[in-house]
Amino acid sequence: MTLHGAVLIDGHEAAAEAMALTAPISFWGGVNPKTGEIADVRHPQYQQCISGRVVLIPATIGSSSAAAVLLELVHAGRAPAALVLHEPDAILLLGLIVAREMGLATPLALKLDRTHYAELHGRLVAAHRDGRITA
Amino acid sequence: MAMRIVAETARVMGADRLLAIESAHIDGALYHGDSGTLFAEKLVEGGARVSVRATLNVGAIDLTGCSRTRLPEHEHAMASRMMAAYRQLGCEPTWTCAPYQAGHRPRLGSQVAWGESNAVAFCNSVLGARTNRYGDFLDIACAIAGRAPDYGLHRTENRAATVVFDVSSLDEAFLNADVAWPVLGTLYGRVIGNAVGVLTGLRIRPREDILKAFGAAAASSGSVALFHVAGATPEAPDEATALHGRPPIERIRVTREMVADAQRRLSTAEAADRIDAVAIGSPHLSVEEFDALRTLLRGRSLAVPLYACTGRHVLRLLERDGHRADLERSGVIIVADTCVVVTPILPEKPGAVLMTNSGKFAHYAPSNTGYSVLYASLAECVESAVTGTPQIGLQS
Repeated sequence: MTLHGAVLIDGHEAAAEAMALTAPISFWGGVNPKTGEIADVRHPQYQQCISGRVVLIPATIGSSSAAAVLLELVHAGRAPAALVLHEPDAILLLGLIVAREMGLATPLALKLDRTHYAELHGRLVAAHRDGRITA
Repeated sequence: MAMRIVAETARVMGADRLLAIESAHIDGALYHGDSGTLFAEKLVEGGARVSVRATLNVGAIDLTGCSRTRLPEHEHAMASRMMAAYRQLGCEPTWTCAPYQAGHRPRLGSQVAWGESNAVAFCNSVLGARTNRYGDFLDIACAIAGRAPDYGLHRTENRAATVVFDVSSLDEAFLNADVAWPVLGTLYGRVIGNAVGVLTGLRIRPREDILKAFGAAAASSGSVALFHVAGATPEAPDEATALHGRPPIERIRVTREMVADAQRRLSTAEAADRIDAVAIGSPHLSVEEFDALRTLLRGRSLAVPLYACTGRHVLRLLERDGHRADLERSGVIIVADTCVVVTPILPEKPGAVLMTNSGKFAHYAPSNTGYSVLYASLAECVESAVTGTPQIGLQS
């Protein structure tokens, strides 16, 4: 299966298990910046880990410190393998823009409509620098 | 580097130009890990300075010494270096999430770049200045560049409400109570997401602290950056004006059941038979909110600590009027420059229960502090702190 997304932030190609978030997330207060685990007790995927996965994010909510948490995950080597967003979110993507400015290896961020997320969940997928997602 | 960050964000968000800004509010000086400190120091090393007025949101350390942070040595040092770096960049050491009550009030229609979700909501909605949700790094980059990407809420056409949030079927006594507004904000944020809405059906004109509590809760449960309140906020003299003359996409009639459900979901420890602490002040308490606290407390001693989070702009006045000493004698712990959900101040205590009147604290306390929460009115919070057990169901 090949889906055509758009590149939001260039980065490393990734092949990893896809994890579709089933509810919107606030990275600050919602993801542990040291471990990559979902820390929001009200989130349906509480305690699951986003590190090293192709994370599909239907929507972001909450704090404006999301970028700081994402930068810290990249800095600590606990970032997702790639990020796939329904809509570009400056608050989150800034984490990758700044990580690149600081000379860190950054994951790829792609835009893809959230209607595809459920069928990708749990599968081994590859995120490509031309925006393609293959499973 | 600052200009590159602003320009790259503009590209990602599809803005084809930058616009000049008049001020900034910087959320980036709160320590989340070493990377943020290294970023700020990289800006300092490059000789960067802010080119517009820039107030600072909370840091991870109470520099006034009112309260103590339990950060380990390394984290404490890095958090302190981070706060110093932002000072060196020329930011004002306001250290508050309520800069709009500390003398930073951009005028109606002005273009600004503000960070911190509640400050963004207040700035857009109550002051009518124009900002997107500026997160860490972009806020300081814009303040240095004096420019922001021209998209989203900087543009008039995107400030129109598309959803009506009608509270006319709720009873007046409920709407007049302080406990209502964080609940309504939480519900609003959950159903509205990132859309712009207009709240209608109010027969009262809400006080500023009420709008502050509503916006903070809405910006926690949703990604609300701008809300209108018909008859109360500057871009909404009435519902039709807030809608820019167009019919709404959706009209949500808020029922008592929806409110009761939202209120229930704010608590994660409903069956608690004791509490370990009370926390108020998210957003930071105003002088008027401290007046209300003192009135309810009546000089009594507390059985469990009540953490009252505020900015140094309010602390100065409390000290001037002798209230700080009185409050501390009762057992109130004043927390300035920071707050109890952004840095470890609450004692580590497995299974502990925190009571709060803040929708935002209720939202973030379980993940950030490990405490489960009980949401209540200010009056209930004070009585519960006095007795050490949940006193719910008081008239507020």
